[in-house]
This record gives sequence, C-alpha cells and structure tokens, in this order.
Amino acid sequence: MQNQKWLGTITTLLIIILVISGCGSSNNQKVDPKQSNTANESKAPEKSDSDKEVTIEYWQYEFPAKVELIDELIVEFQNLHPNIKVKQTNFPYDQYNQKVATLVPAGKGPDIINLYYGWLPKYVAAGYLQPLPENSFPTTEIENNYYPLVEAAKIDGSYYAIPTAVRTLALFYNKDLLNKAQIAEPPTTWEQLVETSIKLTETDAKGQFVIEGLAWEPGAQLHHWYRDGLLPQAGGQDLSEDRRKILWADTPAGLEAFQYLLDFAIKHKVGINGFYENDSNAFMNGYAALNIDGSFRLGSIKNDFANLNFGVAPLPSYKSKSTPSSFWANAIPNNVEGEKLKAAAEFLKFLTSKEVQEKWVDRIGELPAQKAVASQDKYVNDEKLGPFIAQLDYSRAHFFIDETQEKTLFVDATNEVLVNNVPVEKAFTDLVTKVQKLYDDYWAEVDKKS
Amino acid sequence: MLTHVLRLTARKSRELFRIRLSYRTQRYLFIYIVLGIPLLYFLSTRIVPILYAFNVSVRDWNLLSSDQPFVGFENFSLLFNDGIFRKSIVNTFKFVVIGVPGQLIVGLAVALLLQSIHRFRGFFRTIYFIPYVTSIIAVSWVFRWILMRNGWLNEVLLQLGLEPQLFLQSPHQALILITLTMIWQSIGFQMLVFMTGLEAIPRMYYEAASIDGAGAWRKFVHITLPLLNPVIVFSAVIGVIAYLQSFGQVLSMTNGGPLNSTTTMVLHIYNLAFLQFKMGRAAAATVVLFAIILLLTLLQLKVLKKNVEY
Repeated sequence: MQNQKWLGTITTLLIIILVISGCGSSNNQKVDPKQSNTANESKAPEKSDSDKEVTIEYWQYEFPAKVELIDELIVEFQNLHPNIKVKQTNFPYDQYNQKVATLVPAGKGPDIINLYYGWLPKYVAAGYLQPLPENSFPTTEIENNYYPLVEAAKIDGSYYAIPTAVRTLALFYNKDLLNKAQIAEPPTTWEQLVETSIKLTETDAKGQFVIEGLAWEPGAQLHHWYRDGLLPQAGGQDLSEDRRKILWADTPAGLEAFQYLLDFAIKHKVGINGFYENDSNAFMNGYAALNIDGSFRLGSIKNDFANLNFGVAPLPSYKSKSTPSSFWANAIPNNVEGEKLKAAAEFLKFLTSKEVQEKWVDRIGELPAQKAVASQDKYVNDEKLGPFIAQLDYSRAHFFIDETQEKTLFVDATNEVLVNNVPVEKAFTDLVTKVQKLYDDYWAEVDKKS
Repeated sequence: MLTHVLRLTARKSRELFRIRLSYRTQRYLFIYIVLGIPLLYFLSTRIVPILYAFNVSVRDWNLLSSDQPFVGFENFSLLFNDGIFRKSIVNTFKFVVIGVPGQLIVGLAVALLLQSIHRFRGFFRTIYFIPYVTSIIAVSWVFRWILMRNGWLNEVLLQLGLEPQLFLQSPHQALILITLTMIWQSIGFQMLVFMTGLEAIPRMYYEAASIDGAGAWRKFVHITLPLLNPVIVFSAVIGVIAYLQSFGQVLSMTNGGPLNSTTTMVLHIYNLAFLQFKMGRAAAATVVLFAIILLLTLLQLKVLKKNVEY
C-alpha cells in the first residue's frame, strides 16, 4: 500500500518534469505577433501599390538584444516597403546549426540567414547558399566600403554573405588590480605583456592561483589570437593564397608564436585553463587581471558586472600589428528566387545601411562593418569602443573550414604539451599536419563536386 | 465498449460473409488488435527510422545538400580510418566495463542495506532516487563545479596536504569521473530494481538455511545471488545498452575532451551529423553501434542466462 503511494508520487513527479521540459522547448521558434499587426496597419493606406505582397523569413540565433533590435528594424523596414513582410525566427545558439540542418531539408528554410563567418565554407560547400546578387551588392563596392576582414565571406570570387557589424579582440584589464600592482599603463608589446602579467599574478602559500596575471583559455579566444594576432605579428602567414595550404610552419614565426602563447602557462605560469571555469568568468569576477576577449563581451559586462572597473587596450604587438576579428553575416539560401530574392536583397540592403549599423553599435555593442561609419569621432573616441575600432584597419578574420574542429585541434595541441608533456615543437608540427589534413579533405570534397 | 463494438462488427460480418467466429477467436482477434496498435507506433517511430539509417549510411549525405549519391561502403571505410572514431569505440567500452559492474554492485549494496532497515526506509529510498529524476545537465554542471581546477574537491585535497588534481582536464581521470557521475545518478533506478527482486525471494529459503547453520555470506552467495539472477541479467542488459549510449554527461562535462579521452560513439555521431553535417558517415557509425548493441545483448542473454537456477 505504502509502496503504491510512493510510486504514485514518483510518477506524478516524472509527469511534471516531462511537462516542464516540454514547455521549455516549445518556445524555440518565436514569432513576434507584433510584426503581423504592424504589417497590416502599414498595408492599409498603401492599397494603390500594385506590387504583390511577399513574405520573407529571417533566421538568426537567440541573442535577446539582437532579436529585439531586429524586431524593431522589421517594423521600420515594412513601413518603407509595404509590400514586403518579414518574419523573424530564432534558435538557441548551441542548437543553431543543428536546427538549420534539420529544418532546411524539411523544406522550411529561411530567405535570409544569419551565419557565423566561420561556418560559411561548410554551407557553401554543401551548395546551400547563393552568391549575393551582384546588382545590389557589387563586389567592388563591398571591397571599397567595408573593412578588409569581410573578405573571409568571399569564396570562389563571390561574396556569399555581408555583415552589419564586426568584432575584434582586445586586451581587457582590471584597473583596480593594475593600480594595486602600481602599473600605470596596460602593456603594448609582447615583452611588456609577459612582464606585466608576471607582476600581476598572485598565488597562495601552496602555489595555487589567487589572481591570474593573464587569463589563459585555449578553448576561448586564444586560438584566434594565435592565428590572426601572434602569428602575423611575428611575421608568419596563416594560409596560402588559394586557401589550400596551412603556412604556420613555413617560417620560424609559427613556432615562435606558438611557444610564446604556451609559455604563459608552462614557463611564466601566469594563468591556466579551467580557473573559475573559463577566462571571461575569471576576469569578470576579478580573479584575472588581464584577458584577451572580444568586443561582444562589453555587453555582458555592462549587464551583469556593472561594477567591474576595467579598461580596454589594443592587443600588444611584436614585429607588426594584427588583431583577430570575426563577424556574423547575412546570407541568402540558393533556393530563394524571383520576388522573394528581390525582397531579400532589399532587406539585406536595409540591414547593412549606415543607420542600422549605428543602431547596432548602440544597442548590441558590435562595431560597424563599414569604414565610413566606424571611423566617426563618436566611436573612435569612446573609451571602450575606441581601442576595438582602432584595430579594425589591421584586423584579420581567418578562413575556416570547420570552426569547431580547428579549435579542437588547437586545444588538443596545447593539452599535449600541458598534460602529456609533449615537447612544444612536436605538438606544433602535429598540429600543423592535422589542420592541413582537415583542409585537404575539405578541398578534395569541393574538387570532387565541381 | 470496444469489445462490444467488435462483437457487433463481428456479428455483422458473420451475417454478411457467413464466416463463423467462435467466441475464442473473437477474443484473440480483439487482443491482437489491441496489441497491434502500439506495435504500429513502434514500427513507425523505431523500426522505420532504423531501416532508413541503413539507407543513409550508404550515401554521401550532407545535411544541407539536396544531392545524396549512393557511395556503397565508403562511409564505413572512412569511419574506420578515422582515429577519433576508433578511439570513441574504445572509450565507449571503458564506460561499459566500469559503469555496468559499478552500477550493479552499488545498486545491490544499497538495496541490501535498505532491506535490512525498517525505520526511515522510505526516506532513504526517496533520497537515493532523487538523482535519477534530476536533469543530466544540472547534475553534470554541479560535478563540473566540484571538480573545477580551483573547485571544492581540490580545496579539500589541498587542506589535507595533498596535490591538487586535474580531474576533468586530465585524459586519465576524466572518463572515470564521468562514469562515477553516471553511476551515482543511476543508483536510484538500480536500487529500485534490486529491491523488487529481493522482495520476490521467499523468506523460507533463508529460514531453512539458518536452520542448517548458514551464515550471512553463504546465504547471500547461495540464495540471494542465484535467485536474483533474472534481475541481474535484466539490469546488465539495460545497463550495457545505457552505457553504450553515453552522451549527455559527456557532452556537458567535457564535450569529449581532453584529447578525445572521453569521446563516446554517440557523441561522435552527434558531432559528425550536426556539427560537421556528415549525415552519411554519422548513419554508418549508428549502424556500427547498432550492431555492437545487438551482438552484446545476444551474447549477454546467452552467457548470463545459463546460471539461472530455480
């Protein structure tokens, strides 16, 4: 009898859990009811418009500030183009690729899709995207107006995507910790970075970190710092012109930069992976004095760590300057045609307009992708945004075959050294071989298809 | 109600076609129809997708592309040349070899202990069952924090004057720690299964053994274990299948790292399919996993069933 009662409780519990988890996933596809209302309102007075009404769908990942802003922009756009209706659909970031990949074959594709630039080659290789319409987005115009890093979206001579905003990495520093160590200025060279981070490091009696001088997390931004920062700064090159060959090992610069990066953990011992889970966590909670992170972090610090007394400086440089950058860009799937294609191009033009780019900086904190917009005084002189924008001219966004796999290989190489005591040279050579193999496989597949 | 309708239909059809159905036949007809409905559901949600996976596994199937040419066994040969896939098979077997015996032993121990107490039994049972109904992600994150580099467990080690450990960042420790988490989470279920099994053993065997002078250990070895055998076989089969499909804890605790030391077959399948979009190769890996599960289950039923004594 007692048993039955108990089983009943468990069953009820299970049902409740099931119901709750069911509810949780049901709001993945959120469509704002506001949009359809406003669309109807704006349509009414424009009855004379002979154009047929077109509905296009816009997909992006779930990032509350971006979703909200796009909702507002859609209203604005629909007022300008009464015959076009735009519907926004969002998916959680970590399920984004998966959702896209499962919904598209089911015929539920978007007309414009927001993608991380590192995913573009994979999407293009699958034949999923079409080049941007040349009449709306002439290649020469893109190359004149946008920062050169946008070229990462140019595959086989055509641009497949265009961003509204871009991001760069910079050196975040905790002002309180720098004051405490009586350091007046953030480091500007490789050497200074080493010295400063050693000074800022604090350990307890048992040799455990209390405060990291420089947060060190290969799985976060360090992979980018290596490829687009350290490597070119040391005089090395990332990829061959045709994007088929990894050139890290072709000059001594590759190993030098790799050694420099690893020395922070193994020689200078100023930071280590997994301290307070990850680098940004450690920095935002005041347990890391310096961190290399992206402009996208400004927003989360503003929201969740408003009291953090921090500053931003351009990345320390060596033989030359170079800074990693990245972007999310909008692309058009290859099955979009006719009226829909026209409407999609129109919406894309709107999204890349100067006004929208400015709104994007204010609301999201990402940097304008066009030189003319970003180089305005109000941005360049901003204490936090300025250093990010100042680096745009010499920023790079390297070509990716597969973001996750390339990052994993890099993290594995650092782990070989850290955990398995493999010599740095060997870990480096293996890394280059493995990344090259990834590229060879990718290009073999592309060549087979064409 | 349904029987009534069926009987009416049967009567009508008898009138129409002059078929004579005895009451017995009608009854069986009803039972088979009722049993057939879930079977249909099972066929459409389980069997058909399995067969479909076989189809996908012999094609060059990129998730985003509409062109899916037949390539024969290319996916399989690519898979076996894939070092990470081979490693994932080894890792998966490690999960099974540590996890299944661990889960059975701990589950049985808890069940035996609980059986010998009368006060607070319900309380303990509930406590042990709670992890089983807690979300895998939540449990994984709690353990991540406990096992963090400067987390609680390392703090304790340092207080005791011991060296701090890498835990989830060590290729040698991570897999064992994840398995322990999985065992901890499944104790509740395993305990429940064993307790039911123990309840079913007639008291009189123990009484008879006591009269013959058998101690607790001999009673356990000669009565409890043999009579519990069907339950053990069931648990082992279910356990092996569960550990062969290890995924959730791995994904949220290490995501396969460090150095692929915790990548399991299912995690690799997930990565192939949804991160690399290589559906064909992922389906081929699924077929391999399916074959392994099928083989192991048949083997287990054969080997473990042998010693059932009644």
